[in-house]
Amino acid sequence: MIAIVDYGMGNLKSVEKGFLKVSCDAKVTSEPSVIENASGIVVPGVGAFRDCISRLKELGLVDVILKSIEKGKPYLGICLGLQILFTESEEFGRYEGLDVIKGRVRRFPDMGLKIPHMGWNRVHLKKRPPVFDSVPDGSYFYFVHSYYVEPEDTSVVAATTEYGIEFTSMIWRDNIVAMQFHPEKSQALGLKVLEGFGKICSGS
Amino acid sequence: MLAKRIIPCLDVRDGRVVKGVNFVNIRDAGDPVENAIYYDEQGADELVFLDITASHEKRKIILDVVEKTAADVFMPLTVGGGIRTMDDIRDLLNAGCDKVSINTTAIRDPEFIRRAAQRFGSQCIVVAIDAKRVHDSRFEIDAKRDVPDWLKDSKELQYLLIPEEGKREGKLWEIFTHGGRRPRGIDAVKWARFMEELGAGEILLTSMDRDGTKDGYDIELTRAVAEAVGIPVIASGGAGNLEHLYEALTEGKADAALAASIFHYREYTIEEAKRFLKERGVEVRL
Repeated sequence: MIAIVDYGMGNLKSVEKGFLKVSCDAKVTSEPSVIENASGIVVPGVGAFRDCISRLKELGLVDVILKSIEKGKPYLGICLGLQILFTESEEFGRYEGLDVIKGRVRRFPDMGLKIPHMGWNRVHLKKRPPVFDSVPDGSYFYFVHSYYVEPEDTSVVAATTEYGIEFTSMIWRDNIVAMQFHPEKSQALGLKVLEGFGKICSGS
Repeated sequence: MLAKRIIPCLDVRDGRVVKGVNFVNIRDAGDPVENAIYYDEQGADELVFLDITASHEKRKIILDVVEKTAADVFMPLTVGGGIRTMDDIRDLLNAGCDKVSINTTAIRDPEFIRRAAQRFGSQCIVVAIDAKRVHDSRFEIDAKRDVPDWLKDSKELQYLLIPEEGKREGKLWEIFTHGGRRPRGIDAVKWARFMEELGAGEILLTSMDRDGTKDGYDIELTRAVAEAVGIPVIASGGAGNLEHLYEALTEGKADAALAASIFHYREYTIEEAKRFLKERGVEVRL
């Protein structure tokens, strides 16, 4: 069973229904014990970095997430679930993240482009994580965000996307794969990503 | 590069699609999920449900519609119509919709937009604006003008009002509510910028002059708003052919084009529309 971590923010139902659609057993939960026993964890969510981190702390979920990652459990981060892995964010001044990936979360610079970066944009692969096994390079995925991640170690970058600048739209390191775009909102290709994660979790 | 979006809009009343795909075969034309699947298969970039349910008791039905749709269709879904409270927004988001579109409630209480954006994030707060061109004759004689009380009482926000005749510069558009029947005395371009300041994440801009005419979007209005704000703008009202979509997304500088009847009556598929746009150099997702 895959645990979709519920910390009271964002549209978790779409993620759950997405997994259901591709016949993966996934459950929305905020129970540390359920997360601990899950075969994989998904941290989705849109909204503010600060609120996300403080909600995870309030619910006592930070430890279990960090331990799961450490133990090598498959982790899928979506949008905020990507950003919180980083050292710190410049949203609302400076705010500390989980520091699993060294680097920063930064706001798009003012380039005369609309912010949030909202809509469909191309994901250009730098390396191909297993969740992208059946997804062509350069495919469109749905984005909605005003901040992007900037890892110090560029070897974790799995994909980039262009929006005025070329930013990191997916990272992959060992058991962690995390993306700025929303597979649960990206129609058929998005479902393939969820299905791919399901396969990793079930070990097939 | 970010693709320009094509968005079909479905009118839903009491849980049934009343303005949607004109199916000829056996499928249930009033079923929101069937309609959503039809557009999903064609590669629509997002979907908008406009809830026109009149009775308050039946308003919860839309939640069921959203939930069923979100279980089958994995694309961004916006719901507009009748959103009055924070709970309305929360319930819709929990049911599986991604954005809510707020119109009259923003006019009644602009601070609602600030509170909603703070609580749920700007990315899910769309402000819908219905605007008509100001023709001096019409503006002066219209006795029904209903300027919101908060605006009458606020000195610092007087700039939002359409100025008196003689003090006007350039082209102006006035905000209307109640399906285009009630003029509110507010300048649509300034209002859009004000809504952005309060935290709106997107503007859904409808020309009430063009809505239903098939004469094309009001390009000047679209461009005026798109240039005034730093958030995405969806053009709406007047799409009659593919050239109109092209105009809105290029000359009109809109980020997305919303249309209803040209897709519902299958004059064009979404895919045809996108091919047309792509051949003319517009970045679209195909």
